[in-house]
Amino acid sequence: MTISSLSEAIAAPPRKQVIRRLKERFIESVLFLCAFSCVAVTIAIMVILGTESIGLFKTVSLWEFFTGTEWAPLFEPAKYGILPLVCGTVTTSAIALFVAIPIGTTIALFLSEFASQKVRVWVKPILEILAGVPTVVYGYFALLFVTPLLQIVLPDLPGFNMLAAGLVMGIMIVPQISSMSEDAMRSVPDELREGSYAAGATKLQTAWNVVFPAAFSGVSSSYILGISRAVGETMIVSIAAGLQPTISFNPMDSAATMTAYIVQVSLGDLPHGSTGYQTIFAVGFLLVSMTLIFNTIGHWLKRRYREQY
Amino acid sequence: MATSISSPSSSTPLSPIQLSVIQRKRRSNLFSAAGIVSILIALMTLIALVLQLFIQGLPKLNWQFLTSFADPEASLAGVLAALVGSCLVMLVTAATAVPVGIGAGLYLEEYVTRNKFSALIEINVTNLAGVPSIVYGLLALGLFKYYFSLGESILTAGLTLALLVLPVVIVATRESVRAIPSSLREATYAMGASKSQMVFDHLLPYAFGNILTGVIIGLSRAIGETAPLVTIGALTFIAFLPESPIQSSFPFISFEWLKAPFTVLPIQMFNWVSRPESEFQVNAAAAGIVLLSLTLMMNSIAIYLRYRIQKSLKW
Repeated sequence: MTISSLSEAIAAPPRKQVIRRLKERFIESVLFLCAFSCVAVTIAIMVILGTESIGLFKTVSLWEFFTGTEWAPLFEPAKYGILPLVCGTVTTSAIALFVAIPIGTTIALFLSEFASQKVRVWVKPILEILAGVPTVVYGYFALLFVTPLLQIVLPDLPGFNMLAAGLVMGIMIVPQISSMSEDAMRSVPDELREGSYAAGATKLQTAWNVVFPAAFSGVSSSYILGISRAVGETMIVSIAAGLQPTISFNPMDSAATMTAYIVQVSLGDLPHGSTGYQTIFAVGFLLVSMTLIFNTIGHWLKRRYREQY
Repeated sequence: MATSISSPSSSTPLSPIQLSVIQRKRRSNLFSAAGIVSILIALMTLIALVLQLFIQGLPKLNWQFLTSFADPEASLAGVLAALVGSCLVMLVTAATAVPVGIGAGLYLEEYVTRNKFSALIEINVTNLAGVPSIVYGLLALGLFKYYFSLGESILTAGLTLALLVLPVVIVATRESVRAIPSSLREATYAMGASKSQMVFDHLLPYAFGNILTGVIIGLSRAIGETAPLVTIGALTFIAFLPESPIQSSFPFISFEWLKAPFTVLPIQMFNWVSRPESEFQVNAAAAGIVLLSLTLMMNSIAIYLRYRIQKSLKW
């Protein structure tokens, strides 16, 4: 390339440059639209849940909705108290967390502090497969395997019960808690471990007294996100926990959760704007608010531990 | 470990420190055992689940089951419509979620200028990943089905699941692009490339394998999703196939199938599970085997891909 042609190239025809710049702008704005779609989806969720359920609150007061103890919107006389559904959700989620938190934390501590690389390579795919099982298959498992198994020990257990659904849901959440907690534990710097070993601590003492507290915000964030997952889980509870809204914290009872109610109503004929249609959006609104609160707390906790080291 | 300390001094009484060491080591080993037990619980559940499915469903699982339509008679019913429906819905999901997700991921990682607006997008992506799937179903019911009048079609279902997969694709894209060292970007710019040339001709090819892994994992979740599709009112009794996308006459490609009513495997399984007759539960188990095999196959492809990439790519 001669000097003259080089200088010509530098002072390229403005037209070509303009086209190139326009092309860049165009690509950037297309990519921006892609990213903005996430914001649009969030807005759409809020707007749709709000507008479709607003009709319900013209006839039902918020006070009745949140404090009523009977949920029978499709019967005469209609009752719009959401507490029974919330009660079902809380009970099943509590059982699930009762299973998932100890097992998930133990697996996380074991994998991050005790297990060799070889064990880790084998265990992680198993957990991933467990996380990948479709929830409808878990529901089938809870109804047709876990419930009959529990009925051997507890003969009075009804066919639909919160216990089996909660237990299976717990196993489903284990991989999420264990993998997130393990990530948090492995990001604890080795100097802390070495200091603890130098002071004569065993592996367990190091894991429990040093690593676990140091990783606690990450670990607790995994618990909170686990709660949010349990609250939003649908298929297991609608298959195995029953569809009757009842106020009961007894795991051996059958009860509907918020999500199960949405499924139950959706299975029937659902004209646009009918009472049933409005109630599922109202329940959905409460559901999304609950999970949003948990997710926000969870992510806030997670960011905190990231900044620590 | 504990015995090596205690055995030589078995005749003389142990000092308090030795006792404490033995005790603490024993506790540590005990916890190690608890860890193995926890993993075994998870593994046993998985094995029990698979065994239960196979014991109940395997006799039913044959060619006739895979090639028959749903039927009121349990013994004649099959999953053909559901299988085809699942594949077509996944096609729509992949075709929409993958380009948008990759675009969003690239924008957030390479283009965005850090300001309040980009923080807003970030928060939205993390929150969307945590929204319960049934809420997407409600969104689809209100927005796609009634406002856009798309009905209970394959298009509606595919778009609904695309919303679910979108955060997964975005996160996968961002992580794999972030892992590419900046020397590659600088080298590309030094050759006079524009930003879009750098991103599409250089970053994307390198990130492709990891993005693909994320996409497959996202789709394997979506194929098993039931709740959002139940909400939009997916039919379970479908005794016909949607029009074929490839036609024998001009213009050879038809998009009529997008508007067709559909059913998918998890919904078909849910429908059979919720019936009291045990013959239908056998069908549910067989459908469960098909569904589980599909998701496991996709998952193992993803795990294998990731393993290969981790081995071959070293920056």
